[in-house]
Amino acid sequence: MALPSHASRLERIWHYTYLVICGLIFFFLVAPIIVIIPLSFNATPYFTFTREMLTLDPAGYSMRWYDALLTSDEWLSSIRNSFFIAISATIIATTLGTLAALGLSRREMPARAAITAFLISPMIVPLIITAAALFAFYARVNLSQTFFSIIMSHVVLGAPFVVITVTAALSGFDNQLIRASQSMGANQVTTFFKVILPLLLPGIIAGGLFAFITSLDEVVVVLFLAGPEQTPMTVRMFSGLREEISPTILALASILVAMSIGLLTTMELLRRRSEAHRTGRG
Amino acid sequence: MTDTAATAGNIPSGRAAGTGAAPLTTADGQPLKVALRRANRRARRNAMLLVAPLFLFLLFTYTIPIVQMMTRSVMNPEIAGYLPNTTEAIEDWDGEGLPGEAVFAAMVKDLNAGGRSTIGRVAARLNAELPGARSTMMGSMRAAEDLQAPFKEALIADDDDWGEQRIWRLIKRETRTLTPAYYLRALDFEYNQDGEVVARPPSMQVYRAIFWQTAWMSALITFLTILLGYPVAHLLATLPLKSANLLMILVLLPFWTSLLVRTSAWIVLLQQNGVVNELLVFLHIVDDDGRIRMIYNRIGTIVAMTHILLPFMILPLYSVMKTIPPSLTRAARSMGATPLRAHLTVYFPLTIPGLAAGVLLVFILAIGYYITPALVGGESGVFISNLIADRMTGSLSQLRLALALATILLVGVLVFYWLFNRLVGVERLKFG
Repeated sequence: MALPSHASRLERIWHYTYLVICGLIFFFLVAPIIVIIPLSFNATPYFTFTREMLTLDPAGYSMRWYDALLTSDEWLSSIRNSFFIAISATIIATTLGTLAALGLSRREMPARAAITAFLISPMIVPLIITAAALFAFYARVNLSQTFFSIIMSHVVLGAPFVVITVTAALSGFDNQLIRASQSMGANQVTTFFKVILPLLLPGIIAGGLFAFITSLDEVVVVLFLAGPEQTPMTVRMFSGLREEISPTILALASILVAMSIGLLTTMELLRRRSEAHRTGRG
Repeated sequence: MTDTAATAGNIPSGRAAGTGAAPLTTADGQPLKVALRRANRRARRNAMLLVAPLFLFLLFTYTIPIVQMMTRSVMNPEIAGYLPNTTEAIEDWDGEGLPGEAVFAAMVKDLNAGGRSTIGRVAARLNAELPGARSTMMGSMRAAEDLQAPFKEALIADDDDWGEQRIWRLIKRETRTLTPAYYLRALDFEYNQDGEVVARPPSMQVYRAIFWQTAWMSALITFLTILLGYPVAHLLATLPLKSANLLMILVLLPFWTSLLVRTSAWIVLLQQNGVVNELLVFLHIVDDDGRIRMIYNRIGTIVAMTHILLPFMILPLYSVMKTIPPSLTRAARSMGATPLRAHLTVYFPLTIPGLAAGVLLVFILAIGYYITPALVGGESGVFISNLIADRMTGSLSQLRLALALATILLVGVLVFYWLFNRLVGVERLKFG
């Protein structure tokens, strides 16, 4: 992107305008997320910067909203519910998705394209449609307002991500390794756990993280399926944003932003690891 | 995989045994073709067994609910269940003149048999379509016990509304167990009192306008993400890898951040006393009373959704742009093309697969959005999803209306996907 030395004046002006425009777009992408972090330390119950905050007066800041969040039974139980649902759904989705991806990547698999399309269709269908269908379905079999129905729904939404990431990891997989392992006397089970699984692990973890975050973030389906016993934090946040707006929500939001930064780092490390694997093998 | 490997390992021995005219066999004497076919069959079965758990899981917990949604949106079994005799008798009536004695007799039988609550439910349902039907039904239910044959004359004598054709047409329509009524309602049509399909009065029309609003706002949001995403993706694709990876974090952070967090960020920024308005007042761009309304309306929905969906445009664009050799544009320039022309005729066409993938993703995601319009859209910025959600928790007929609306939306998405596939070819798209 460096400007050549023979660039004309007009080109120079255009080049710098372009960089400024891109800078503004990056600002637009990130600023809204960053701005909520200082606001979550607000000493007043408003969603805006006070004079004290702008002059960096310590009196303008406080931990009261984090306090309110972490001492409230309602919030804590909803956070527990969220993690319980997300972890259960991730385990099931990762298992089913990985098995399916292993099957789909075999040359002998019949109707591969059609079956793949079917398995990832929950990603394409708008969430509200899935929510409407699942709400009517579970209400009919008297299973709405149970953890079971919520977890099953989240497996439906999360499994496609696992199928996609593991299939992608398998596409770079060298089948000779399986033969090598078998020629040295390993049986199928040993080959799977000692050769296939370690190589696929970055893909499986990435898919699992996608499934986990999908479940943790999901609002629309749980909004209709969850009863008071199962209310996850997203639903509590959603109703909080609709009714009594309090900076407690911003405290939770800031924690979630910190979590997504951690997640982003993990994904980046996974990507580098698998890249190193691939290039290392040449 | 392993089975074919095993078979492949046996080929040399088969070939050794099968010299001459005899067919090739494996070590244990089977014809090679049979062994190969069997091994292939086993491999195919193994592959299918691996896919089966997820396949069956989705079939039972996803496909069946979706199919049920579609069938339930046309179902109307209640009246037929409450008035079994009438339902059977009225089937033969052609809708002209008045139905025969048999239908009237069946109606009297049903009025006698059904309890107060059953007939009450039928009456309420019919009354919603034909005002006055409730008193006709309830009045005749009380009188039904004393009625004598011929029932046609007796019923009409009890309440002369039974002599009107339209109540019978309504009953005939409502006793059908399959009805297009919810779809008509979802597209702002209804039956008039003569049973013809007409547009609802303009003041009662809601859904078509919201379908249209959902479509044009999604299109506008898609356009805005192209406008903002294209330059950024281009910059990321042409910068040296190290700085591009750093800047990529700025795209991935919003991508990985919770949707609710991003929506609440926009509430914080855009509300009346929010950060943007405070800043504008501080800079004396607007007065304290002249604060701009940027949220709880269409602007709120468009701004927040453009921000939320922007990474879905940037990522596929970036992955395509990264594969375009910069030498192509340079070659165009060296042959005398202006920068603009080189970009439009050489670079831009090569980015179309990424652009198309981004458009498909963003538009399909936008058209089904619920959370963001519900939180920042106010009254004017709602999407069809919001209406579906509102209707879902209501009465049974409201639920069926919601299911009809959802089915229409699903068909819309599938048609868009199909058209897009015809125009661009989905398998050519690159998602990243």
